[in-house]
Amino acid sequence: MSLKNLKNPGLWLTLVVVFILGVIPIINNKASAREETLTVLLSVILVSSLNILLGYTGYISFGHIVFYGMGGYVGLFLISVYGWSLWTAMAAGGLASGLLAFLLGSAILRLRGSYFALATIGINEAMRAFISNFEPFGGPTGISLNFQVYNQYGGAAQALWTIYYVVLALALGNILLSYLVKTSKFGLGLQAIREDEEAAEVMGVVTPSSKTWAYVLSAVLPGMVGVLFFFKNGNIEPGPAFRLHLSIELLVMVMLGGYGTIAGPVLGAFGYQRLRGLLLTSDLFKNIQLTVAGVLLLVIILFIPSGAVGWIRHRFPVTRRYLP
Amino acid sequence: MDILTFLVDGLLIGFVYGIAAMGLTLIWGVMNVINLSHGPIIALGMFGIYFAATSLGVNPYVGVILVSFAGLLLGMLIYAIAIHRVINAPHLSTLLATFAVNMIIIGLGTTAFTTSAYNVDFSLGNISVGPVNTPTTRVIAALASVLVTGALYFFLYRTTLGKYVRAVTDNRAAAELMGIPSARILALSFGLGTMLAAIAGGLIATFFPFTILSGGAYELKSFVVGVMGGVGNPLGALIGGLILGTFEGVIPAFMPTSWVPVLEFILFVVILLVRPTGLLGAKK
Repeated sequence: MSLKNLKNPGLWLTLVVVFILGVIPIINNKASAREETLTVLLSVILVSSLNILLGYTGYISFGHIVFYGMGGYVGLFLISVYGWSLWTAMAAGGLASGLLAFLLGSAILRLRGSYFALATIGINEAMRAFISNFEPFGGPTGISLNFQVYNQYGGAAQALWTIYYVVLALALGNILLSYLVKTSKFGLGLQAIREDEEAAEVMGVVTPSSKTWAYVLSAVLPGMVGVLFFFKNGNIEPGPAFRLHLSIELLVMVMLGGYGTIAGPVLGAFGYQRLRGLLLTSDLFKNIQLTVAGVLLLVIILFIPSGAVGWIRHRFPVTRRYLP
Repeated sequence: MDILTFLVDGLLIGFVYGIAAMGLTLIWGVMNVINLSHGPIIALGMFGIYFAATSLGVNPYVGVILVSFAGLLLGMLIYAIAIHRVINAPHLSTLLATFAVNMIIIGLGTTAFTTSAYNVDFSLGNISVGPVNTPTTRVIAALASVLVTGALYFFLYRTTLGKYVRAVTDNRAAAELMGIPSARILALSFGLGTMLAAIAGGLIATFFPFTILSGGAYELKSFVVGVMGGVGNPLGALIGGLILGTFEGVIPAFMPTSWVPVLEFILFVVILLVRPTGLLGAKK
């Protein structure tokens, strides 16, 4: 992880683009635009963190959203029961998700290919079913925050802006993190695992611990933004917190943008969320938006499996420097 | 209600779980593809017998037969469009391709049928044996499942086409060299898997109300059962289904029903970790 790596123009280009898109709603001071961009930025964070496990290491997780939900639950529990501030709760949420990933990872990362993918589905469902029965977290009704809680952040309207700034900062931080991981020795080890796990092991990559740390790294930021999102929502329930469908949407975004790249997850998140917004508001496609998204996904899988960024990089080699 | 009735109810529905899972593990075993469109196809099976009964006015069990053929054709179509191109690609491609099919079916199904509940208005009364009293439709569903399992075994082990399927399962390249048209056999196998899913859906619809989203729960159960029984092992899937059904029948006697899925999925992950070839051993 040398500083020389930071001179890559593509990294800065990606950061600047995300920053500009993030700042537009702040300059315009429009709440509706802020909400739209917030959805996209949350997706950017979730997708780029998933990319560390999926894109670099080659392990398919259908349970990425578990860390988002887990962080949200731990955070809201600490805020509502112990009166923690949002920021310490956010750190605790990230920590809890990281810890969960460490424990889960030590067990299930021994599984390969489809078996790992299936285990993550099982964990997602087990987690949702367990939280629905777990009384301290409110069982099936979840946790709701008292409206008073927003007062210490300057009222609900101001709190929403503050959360937005933090999410923007986290999104930029996450892009930087995923770049640093990719270019570090650790990241090269992960990519070696993706290509051939036995060969990586022979070359001296300590695969069990590398995989576990990749899993932990991919879990911390979702845990943190989970706290922010559900704090903003004011409540959390088992259904929305551990929705399997959301995990799969994240996979779609990674594939759309191009897995294993830095710009890919960002592009995939932007593209997918914009498209979804367009389809949902169009009269023609409103009812069949799921079908349209499905057809789009199928076309990508069948014809451009390396995603938008992968395809551009392959087609126009000169862009490789600018699309990390 | 006494525990015996729970047990019998669970056991009977376990047979149906068995054939749903058989469809999933057949595809997994033959071509190493996890079919994430399994659930929506189960749901289509449910709607199939509903419309066979209401529009064509046929007996639901005749409907199941019609649905099974429709399921076979649909599966072969899905294979040709969505799977064949990526059959040799990494797992992620086939997982997402079948998930894309899932989204397409759910999207169209939601538009056509909404997500409200449907019910096949059909009853054959109850059967009582000693202290146990259970709907006749469940007993018939269990018998039909045994019949389907038998038919699948007959097909796989007593027909030339079945031999081809097994040959492609064991070694696709070698089978190809022996002159077996592997692409067509793969399409047929995928079709058989979806056929089993559609039959399971049809049988479930004779005693439970359903929506277009109902298949999801059975898809997850099929994963649990399939892994329990061992991938690509049809008899294992049936036995796994019976174990899961019994489990679901007995647990509510000891703790709230809401704990059933928790235990189910923990069991699933534990089996994956401890014995990924299944309790009964994978076929390969």
